[in-house]
Amino acid sequence: MSHADDHEGTRRDFLYFTTAGTGVVVGGAAVWPLINQMNPSADVQALSSIQVDVSGVEPGTQLTVKWLGKPVFIRRRTQEEIDEANAVEMSELPDPNARNANISSDAPATDVNRGLLPPGAEPGTDSEWLVMIGVCTHLGCVPLGDGAGEFHGWFCPCHGSHYDTSGRIRKGPAPENLPVPVAEFVNETTIKLG
Amino acid sequence: MSGIPHDHYEPKSPTTKWVESRLPVIGLIYDTLMIPTPKNLNWWWIWGIVLAFCLALQIVTGIVLVMHYTPHVDLAFASIEHIMRNVNGGHMLRYLHMNGASLFFFAVYIHIFRGLFYGSYKAPREITWIIGMLIYLLMMATAFMGYVLPWGQMSFWGATVITGLFGAIPFIGEGIQTWLLGGPAVDNATLNRFFSLHYLLPFVIAGLVIVHIWAFHTTGNNNPTGVEVRRGSKAEAEKDTLPFWPYFVIKDLFALAVILVIFFAVVGFMPNYLGHPDNYIEANALATPAHIVPEWYFLPFYAILRAFTSDVWVVIIAETLTGGIIDAKFFGVLAMFGAILVMALVPWLDTSNVRSGRYRPSFKWWYRLLVVDFVVLMWCGAQPAEGIYGTIALIATTYWFGYFLVILPLLGVLEKPLPQPETIEEDFNAHYGKADGSAEATPAE
Repeated sequence: MSHADDHEGTRRDFLYFTTAGTGVVVGGAAVWPLINQMNPSADVQALSSIQVDVSGVEPGTQLTVKWLGKPVFIRRRTQEEIDEANAVEMSELPDPNARNANISSDAPATDVNRGLLPPGAEPGTDSEWLVMIGVCTHLGCVPLGDGAGEFHGWFCPCHGSHYDTSGRIRKGPAPENLPVPVAEFVNETTIKLG
Repeated sequence: MSGIPHDHYEPKSPTTKWVESRLPVIGLIYDTLMIPTPKNLNWWWIWGIVLAFCLALQIVTGIVLVMHYTPHVDLAFASIEHIMRNVNGGHMLRYLHMNGASLFFFAVYIHIFRGLFYGSYKAPREITWIIGMLIYLLMMATAFMGYVLPWGQMSFWGATVITGLFGAIPFIGEGIQTWLLGGPAVDNATLNRFFSLHYLLPFVIAGLVIVHIWAFHTTGNNNPTGVEVRRGSKAEAEKDTLPFWPYFVIKDLFALAVILVIFFAVVGFMPNYLGHPDNYIEANALATPAHIVPEWYFLPFYAILRAFTSDVWVVIIAETLTGGIIDAKFFGVLAMFGAILVMALVPWLDTSNVRSGRYRPSFKWWYRLLVVDFVVLMWCGAQPAEGIYGTIALIATTYWFGYFLVILPLLGVLEKPLPQPETIEEDFNAHYGKADGSAEATPAE
């Protein structure tokens, strides 16, 4: 070639890079839809908010509802359960974060920061209502409830994680407390999730 | 194709000449089947054929099962029962497919451990080994996705736990998990894509099997002595080898027949022995089975996954050093994939220049301990994740990594190997007498 000794960019180099660059862009543009089709579809995304009637939930019982394909635990706790949760020192908690989507993301994992306040309750008071996504933070099993485990809260049968009466991880391989989803009471007997 | 010197196909009839000059396919088949094979191969060398049979069995039974299966969350479980009760011979086809997966993994583990003992991974067979490891990974992916399709409780919760592994990756994990599942949890989108991939991957495996065979047809088979076939001339090579057809084909088919007798006894009389009763309960997103256990062939790696809890010192160190990015959960995931990675890298971790474990006096014992270790891990994986089992799993996991990362590199330097035979012929004659080996002698009775 006449340009063999020419170290500056030649017209041929320019064509090579332009062709290769165009090929990469077009290839990427062609592959992206093939990857993106695996993301959640519109109908799956549409089911992001539901309302739950909790009028029948007595103290000491719980309700499990399915929301976004996952179980959500709604427990109305007894005074003993609340007292047990409040008796725990913060230093004993493997995960000191409240993991509550309704409050500040760095709030400490006190029981007050975990509960869901019913309408008319004073902010900053403890609530008997505990609403959590019922998916173990280890590998996604559904923990058993109704006082299961060494801390009388929830126990995950898969790999042995124990959660206390506030849904906080206390023992076992799970790294985080059970998360509290975005939730609120829309009236005395109805909780809106999402 | 280079390799051991041997006769190549010469077309004689006008028809074969016509074909061969246009597409040398007859020559390719001839050369593949007539490959000179070390004549001292023992019974550990039959599992390749068993594996080829398993792949064919799974593809054939799988294709016909798909003719009756429906990949939808409302219908999948019922369509499996439809296959079991209504489809002509459907229960047999399904049981063959289910237990075929078990035979497949049983054979692949023996095949892998054969390679680990006789040093089949060593130069020049590293690429054969790496491709084998890729096939093994694809087998695991395929088996996992196939297990989800019946949409029973174990299907659903197994899928939840395993896709949860990807959620453990820092920062991007949740996005990857949602992308894999096609939603916030395992659901119809997940079932459909797993079905698609479960159908696709076996053909990818078949392609890799061809490359696997191509690679060792270039290097020649390893053999129990680890001594290479002499390649100076065809006459010399023929003293060390016999053609694959008919000698090894007949031997392998005999072994396959024996194995199939046992396999069909299992399929016929105890088809659910290796399964879990929970998978005959339809998937329920709101209730986890009391004890989630993967299929037996995943248990060793499942045990490694669970072994690292947040109170193990290496986990605490990793967590401190990375500022919490690597937590116990992610550490377990890294350990599980790492356990397979160290096995894939064994060609470069084993520093000994003696290939076969037969001539390595201390290696033999470490290797036997590794086999025991593998069985112990498998047992731990089936136990509940509490108490003493965690400790045993942790010790066994430590040995697994220690074998590949410490013992194998050191043994090559420290160990004094035993004398090896000069040739395969010498080893063969020492075992089977000198009846064969020279041109004028008749074959051994």
